[in-house]
Amino acid sequence: MGNGVLLDIRNLNKTFQTNKGGVEAIRSLNLRIREGEFITVIGPSGCGKSTLLKIVAGLDVAYEGSVELEGNRIVAAGIDKGFIFQEPRLFPWLSVEKNIAADLSLRDPAIRRRVDELIELVRLQGFEKAYPRELSGGMAQRVAIARALLRSPKILLLDEPFGALDAFTRSHMQEVLLDIWQQNRTTMIFVTHDIDEAVYLANRIVILKPRPGEISGILANDLPYPRKQASASFQELRLAVLSEFHGKIERQEYVDRAGI
Amino acid sequence: MSDLSGGKAASRNAVRNGEPRKAAIIALGAALPVLLLAVWQALGDRGAISTMLFPTPLTIADAMLSLIRSGELWGHLRISLVRAGLGFGLGGGLGLLFGLLVGLSRKSEKTLDPSFQMIRMVPHLAVAPLFVLWFGIGEESKILLIAKGAFFPLYINAFLAIRGVDNKLFEVSRVLGFSRFKRVARLVLPAALPGILLGVRLSLGVAWLGLVVAELIASTSGVGYMMSDARQFAQTPVVFVGILTFAVVGLAADSIVRLVSRKALHWQDGFKG
Repeated sequence: MGNGVLLDIRNLNKTFQTNKGGVEAIRSLNLRIREGEFITVIGPSGCGKSTLLKIVAGLDVAYEGSVELEGNRIVAAGIDKGFIFQEPRLFPWLSVEKNIAADLSLRDPAIRRRVDELIELVRLQGFEKAYPRELSGGMAQRVAIARALLRSPKILLLDEPFGALDAFTRSHMQEVLLDIWQQNRTTMIFVTHDIDEAVYLANRIVILKPRPGEISGILANDLPYPRKQASASFQELRLAVLSEFHGKIERQEYVDRAGI
Repeated sequence: MSDLSGGKAASRNAVRNGEPRKAAIIALGAALPVLLLAVWQALGDRGAISTMLFPTPLTIADAMLSLIRSGELWGHLRISLVRAGLGFGLGGGLGLLFGLLVGLSRKSEKTLDPSFQMIRMVPHLAVAPLFVLWFGIGEESKILLIAKGAFFPLYINAFLAIRGVDNKLFEVSRVLGFSRFKRVARLVLPAALPGILLGVRLSLGVAWLGLVVAELIASTSGVGYMMSDARQFAQTPVVFVGILTFAVVGLAADSIVRLVSRKALHWQDGFKG
């Protein structure tokens, strides 16, 4: 595909069937992502952001509309779409380096070299032989990131990956991730509910509103890296995201009250 | 950065100062049996209990020594061990195989599991005479009886262990593009290993139990035969030697499996008491 479009989502609709009938999770969503972009998707719970990510990953293929990666419809999960879950989900019986290799063999010298490089990239030197139970939450999540990167995905999908971490570890992990992105230029879609995180990381911020999940707005973010959270321009953008939220929330409240 | 994480690895070394207490723990565990034996011996010596029914520990030790010296005990034990080993290998092996098969495929669960559950409910003693009729009084009937017992613990535990594998890890294996074979070899089997090893332990116990049944019912050799033969001639000490042999060898086998389990499952992060 020309013009650098990597992921093309057109008129995506997703309905969950429950015993009370269908629940609309995503309604007519359109989004184009270019190669090398860092997209954050932000929205309150129930806005379908995790659902969107699972569809792009190929973990959920029961949707209407078209979702194409490099012009090919996504029909199954695979290594071209890396996925980082909220929890690290490491294999507890494997050491760090074997977790990264997973189904690949470390005896292959090419794999061995790549694994060593990635351990350095996610700053885990010295912990190659450690087991998951010996790792902190942030370290375990870095192992998960290295595991996804070893497969050289075309796109890396991150589902609130730092949500369970404390503030210090989280900001450190954000640095690590930006480092990786700047070195590898892997396209990223990062789902979060933290406005600061969304503004700090992304080129473009996609704001979703709930029930059903729809795009409420998309903000471009041209601030140069490394970004200063205290700077006026950062705060300005943060307020822009916030007002996008508040606008919708006020309207929502208005509708809710009208029902009484 | 490594400074975020140094603490956990360091705590591994801090736990290792309990070594000298090992002897105390053994003494604690042995106190009750030793006391019991002493009381038993004393009561027997004073004629307070019948030495015919309860030969004193020293008499039993004496009988054991003479059985060991004559090579009789070892001869019987060797035969019993071969029987239990073959029966456990056959039954446990098939149990593991079918447990994996039924665990991995819903279709084979539907076709095989109901029949297995039916056979499981038939008691050993009920089929022992039939086995003797079918397979004769030779080794086959005994080994098959042991195998029947050893089959089920491994079958059920392997089956349940596979069904208990965390679905979240399956999702990971899809995202990482595992092949079908790798999914079984690198995810299902290691994740099911704790349950499978528990099945091995239980199967081994049941095989040992089945051995006694098989040898007491129809046999001309083995530790079980030695016991039933001694009973007919009212050699109670020999019966006790048989019981002791079963207990010691059974415990030894169980300890070996436990040791293997501990080595194989060192990655587990469970409550250690």
